[in-house]
Amino acid sequence: MSTIARTEVAAPEALTFTRAGALRGARQTLPLAASSLTGGLVFGVLARGAELGLAEVALMSTMVFSGSAQFLALGLWATPLPVAGILIATLIVSLRHLLLGAALHPWLARLPTARAYGLLFFLSDETWALTTHHFRAGGRDAAFLLGSGLTMAVAWIGGCVLGRAGGSWLTDPARWGLDFAFTAVFVALLVGSWRGRGDGLPWTVAALVALAAHRWLPGQWYIVLGALAGSGAGMVRDAR
Amino acid sequence: MRAEVAATILGMALLTYATRAGGLWLMGRITTTPRLDAWLRSLPGAILAALVAPAALAAGPAEALAAALTALVAARTGNLLGALIVGVAAVYALRHLL
Repeated sequence: MSTIARTEVAAPEALTFTRAGALRGARQTLPLAASSLTGGLVFGVLARGAELGLAEVALMSTMVFSGSAQFLALGLWATPLPVAGILIATLIVSLRHLLLGAALHPWLARLPTARAYGLLFFLSDETWALTTHHFRAGGRDAAFLLGSGLTMAVAWIGGCVLGRAGGSWLTDPARWGLDFAFTAVFVALLVGSWRGRGDGLPWTVAALVALAAHRWLPGQWYIVLGALAGSGAGMVRDAR
Repeated sequence: MRAEVAATILGMALLTYATRAGGLWLMGRITTTPRLDAWLRSLPGAILAALVAPAALAAGPAEALAAALTALVAARTGNLLGALIVGVAAVYALRHLL
C-alpha cells in the first residue's frame, strides 16, 4: 500500500489506462475489501431472514453493488413487496453519488465517454476516496478505479452470497473492530489530502453540518448536506 | 426467481447507476466558471470530512480516540495500511477497555 502523498491541483493532461494502474488500485483496495466481505456476509445472513433467495441475493449485489442501498432495501423488504418505497429509498440513499461523480469530473472528463461511464459503475464511497487520492497525489491512471472497483465487487458479492448460503455462524464484525476499517481509511485519506490552512474552513463546516445532520436527520443525508455546506463555504470564500 | 423481485432489483440497479453517472454527466453540461472551479476544488475534502465526522466523532469515546490515533499515524508516517491497522486495533482494544 502506498504512502499518502501531499496533494496538488491537477493539470489537464491525458489519463492513461493500464494494467499496472488497475493492479495498483486493486492492491490499495485489499484492506477495505476484507471489511466489505464481512459487510457482505452480514447482508447475506439478513437476506436469508428476509427470505431472499440465493440467486436474488447474487443478482442484487452484482447489479446494485451498494451496501447502503441494499441494507435499506432489506429493511423495507416485506410481503407484498413495497416496490415503490424500495425504489424511492434507493434513489435517496444514492444521491450522494452525484457529488462523488461531480468531484471526479476534472479527471474523468479526459477519458473517452464510454470508458468514463463504464468506470462509474464502480463508484462507491471507498473507490471514490482511493481514486481521488490517486489522482490528487499525481497519479494519472484511470484504470485505478477499475481495479479498485473490481476488488470491492468481488469481496462484496462474494460476502453476500456466502452469507446467504450458510453464514449463520457469522459473528458481529463490530466485535473485531472491522466495522471501523472504512472510518480509519477515510480519516487517513482526509489527513493526507490536507493542502494547507485554506482547507480548514470547508472541512470544519462540512464536519459540523454532517454531525448535526447525522444527529437529527434519518439515513445518509449527512454526507450530502455536509459536503455541500463545506464545499459551498470554500466556494464563497475563494470565488469573490 | 420471482419476477417481481427481479424487476425491483433491476429498478434499484438503474437508479443507483443513474446517480453514479449523473454527477459527471451534469458537470459536462455546465459551463465552468471561477465559482464552479472553486466549488470543485473544495468538494473532495468536504465530502471526506462529511463522510468521516459522525463515524469518528459521534460514535463514542473508543471510536473518537481510535480516529485520533489513526490521524496521528497517517500524518506521521503517511502509510495508509499502517493507519488502517492501527485504527482497527485501537478501536478493538478501546471498546473492550472503555
